[in-house]
Amino acid sequence: MTETLLAGLADPTLDSQRVFRAALDALSRPGRAVDLPDVLPDGAPAPLMPATAALALALFDYETPVWLDPEADRLAVRDWLRFHCGCPLVADKAQARFAILAGPLDALDGFAAGSDAYPDHSATLLVQVAGLSEGAAHRLTGPGIELEETMQINGLPDDFAALWERNRGLFPRGIDLFLADGARLIGLPRTTRIERKEA
Amino acid sequence: MSTAQGYNFAYLDEQTKRMIRRAILKAVAIPGYQVPFGSREMPLPYGWGTGGIQVTAAILGPDDTLKVIDQGADDTTNAVNIRSFFQKTAGMATTDRTREASIIQTRHRIPETPLVEGQIMVYQVPIPEPLRWLEPREGETRKMHGLAEYGVMQVKLYEDIAHYGHISTAYDYPVRVNGRYVMSPSPIPKFDNPKMDNSPALQLFGAGREKRIYAIPPYTRVESLDFEDHPFQIESWDQACAICGSADSYLDEIVTDDKGGRMFVCSDTDYCGERVAAGHTGEEQAA
Repeated sequence: MTETLLAGLADPTLDSQRVFRAALDALSRPGRAVDLPDVLPDGAPAPLMPATAALALALFDYETPVWLDPEADRLAVRDWLRFHCGCPLVADKAQARFAILAGPLDALDGFAAGSDAYPDHSATLLVQVAGLSEGAAHRLTGPGIELEETMQINGLPDDFAALWERNRGLFPRGIDLFLADGARLIGLPRTTRIERKEA
Repeated sequence: MSTAQGYNFAYLDEQTKRMIRRAILKAVAIPGYQVPFGSREMPLPYGWGTGGIQVTAAILGPDDTLKVIDQGADDTTNAVNIRSFFQKTAGMATTDRTREASIIQTRHRIPETPLVEGQIMVYQVPIPEPLRWLEPREGETRKMHGLAEYGVMQVKLYEDIAHYGHISTAYDYPVRVNGRYVMSPSPIPKFDNPKMDNSPALQLFGAGREKRIYAIPPYTRVESLDFEDHPFQIESWDQACAICGSADSYLDEIVTDDKGGRMFVCSDTDYCGERVAAGHTGEEQAA
């Protein structure tokens, strides 16, 4: 290791609790952006965003194999995750409980979607995007949403709604998503119906 | 904030909390599905809310205000014990007021005061599997959930109608969540079932002995199972609460002497107290 390792949570107990509650809030109210508390004294190792790094510190440990996409798969990230979380880093995305995608999201295939008997044995993807308030507009409905929610995301593929619909069709199997932009987070559980709004 | 020496905040160690938190996130993503988790031994026996306590311990933080009820009351043994457990181990602010609480841990009731967005209900669950009395084998019930094969539950309810003329299940009345999973609402009276439907609050369920966590996200459809010609109905009473006069809350029958004297009072003590403070009276007060 040539560079100094960036610090983890200053207060592992209370910081991870606050990050988890924000994530829980995001997943229970799909499409609504949630601000994560600032818990990283030195910031996140590039190319991870603060939201991705905070979730990693709060949720990853030796029980959660993690897959990194080619963009996120850098030595600084691997060292940082290994040191602070102690999580196994896997090359096969099908084995991952969590995945970090710092590059473009082109497919949801290949990740564990669980089985009919154990749909919880499925991956949660942390996807970094370029913006949570501009870009293509989507209409969201489903559990956690009273009537409907509008989500604008910059940096998702054009056919994201179709990709997601295929995932939703697997229910109760399926993967769950967190979209991160800076320190903000949107949760998308597998139950959320997403339709592309025509401009 | 003062907490017990030698214990982590909220008693559980951090690795356990992370494991429970991950289970909660999956539970929210799959409404009504029971997520297995590594339930820990707690400093009180199974049956006293060990599942609910572990869920509460994994979610609460110093900014929360905790309310604990047992059968609607804040001052019964189980509620007092659990409240003081979190005061001791997490220095928690606690309250009796439903409106002031951010987390409400409950055994067998949902408060009468409507819940609001941002609140979290934590239910203590003894038997999380609604099909368990009909099919004792876990492998089989898991398969039935996987295939959404719930005919056996409808048959059970139908047999009730054939025997008694009505569905006799009065508590732990099975519900279907978001049109998919049949779920045990925990042993709340069926009176409370409609409060689960489209609730603005997040509802989490913890079963310690059975090692399961499940959830209902806010604004999620929760239907009580029934038949077109035998629609689901909740209990009603001829009496009103003897203390606050409420005619639409869940009433407990209290025996007052050994000559057959009894009175009906609200099960939800906070709701009843709030009504009395607002000037409502029942026949007991008026007399």
